[in-house]
Amino acid sequence: MAQGNNSIKKILIVAFALCIVCSVIVSTAAVALRPMQQFNQELDRKTNILNVAKLYEPGVNVEEAFRNEITARVVDMRTGEYTDQFDPDKFNHFEAASDPATGRTLSGDRDIAGLSRVENYSTVYLVGDSNNPDQIVLPIRGQGLWGLMRGFISVEGDGNTLISITYYEHSETPGLGAEVNNPRWQAKWEGKKIYDEEGDLMPEIQLSKSASGEYEVDALSGATLTSNGVTNMLQFWLSPEGFGEYLAKFRSGISQEEAQEADVELESEGA
Amino acid sequence: MADVTPKSVLTAPIFHNNPIALQILGICSALAVTTSLSVSLVMALAVIFVSSLSNLFVSSIRNHIPSSIRIIVQMTIIASLVIVVDQILKAFAYEMSKQLSVFVGLIITNCIVMGRAEGFAMSNTPGLSFLDGIGNGLGYGFVLMVVGFVRELFGSGSVFGFTVLQTVQDGGWYVANGLLLLPPSAFFIIGLMIWVMRSIDTDQVEENEFKMKGNTKPKEAV
Repeated sequence: MAQGNNSIKKILIVAFALCIVCSVIVSTAAVALRPMQQFNQELDRKTNILNVAKLYEPGVNVEEAFRNEITARVVDMRTGEYTDQFDPDKFNHFEAASDPATGRTLSGDRDIAGLSRVENYSTVYLVGDSNNPDQIVLPIRGQGLWGLMRGFISVEGDGNTLISITYYEHSETPGLGAEVNNPRWQAKWEGKKIYDEEGDLMPEIQLSKSASGEYEVDALSGATLTSNGVTNMLQFWLSPEGFGEYLAKFRSGISQEEAQEADVELESEGA
Repeated sequence: MADVTPKSVLTAPIFHNNPIALQILGICSALAVTTSLSVSLVMALAVIFVSSLSNLFVSSIRNHIPSSIRIIVQMTIIASLVIVVDQILKAFAYEMSKQLSVFVGLIITNCIVMGRAEGFAMSNTPGLSFLDGIGNGLGYGFVLMVVGFVRELFGSGSVFGFTVLQTVQDGGWYVANGLLLLPPSAFFIIGLMIWVMRSIDTDQVEENEFKMKGNTKPKEAV
């Protein structure tokens, strides 16, 4: 090793030069490859939506199937009405949640899914005729055991019968919590009901260790905390805090007035 | 390694001086990514890329690296290469990068890469170091492929995703061995591999450092 390599001047020069060179390489790679990565993420998201709607088969052209089968709309979750304020292709939930104009802070006991901030608008994906959809795909997210889980659920056109659930991003334990994406477990959701017949807007669906009846799905064995997380995020996103108002519009046997009454009751219960 | 020729640095690490089987380095990622062959293959390619290029770069600036910060210099080079690999995977093999998740990032802490940079590249020419990096990457990849083959074949009944043994879940006859899908099973497979390799190549068997004494005679308690 050359003499004088250990002088302070040399150490600083080497460290500085190395940092410059490495950061240039890393940032070049990151910037040059970003468009392809975003394209991949988008493709992955669309694949997941098709998947949860049971329209995906290996080899299918995702872009084309998505364009033909699915209409994206933005919903105002406070009223349950569609809004044209945002472009559904560009609308970003996570930005909307942190923006004070389009999101709100959840406090304490209302924040069962562990989100702290939530958006007031959300994108929904309608399968088939957009005025009278066969299926509605809703984005959900919430805390699992190790971190945020993001996914979709698909509901039949009656706004009450579940079809499937999938997570496209999670960090649960492989073999235990990560079984949320096991097709055999996902198949157990088919035909389960979200709301009971009383007509209120509180979801009844939950994961349970010994599932029976149409409001319970088998919990994941060995993954109690992940299962609790899934239950909590369903309870949150299907309640009036989330898509409750919106789904109520699709349910037969419940009119808007009744829904509002139920809402008032809930509020008085909470008070 | 006594003789340092281009051929020996490239081929010795594959069997004779395998980084996993003889030096027992890089076990962590070998346990984690070997549930399927395709994932093992991508991981092996990523490690070959990182270890060869990090060896090349470390070796080419080895005469200018101050010894007091040499580890951090090597680390910076390795980390930059790993980020580049991660970005490339995300752009060209998105599904694969999702399956590999954190383990691409953890190549930074793979002792094989760091060990070769510090142990070989710091005292050899760039060309030789580059070959040494490829050789060690291949040695790592060799173990990964064998472990991945056993785990995928008996754990999920397929090879490279093609069904070989039809599992019961898919209406076949083969009851898949669930243990092989969990990381601890790789310990058994790597252990058996080490046994086989040492039986073939007896040079790898170390001398006993401690002699075990014959059993002491039982004495009556006073």
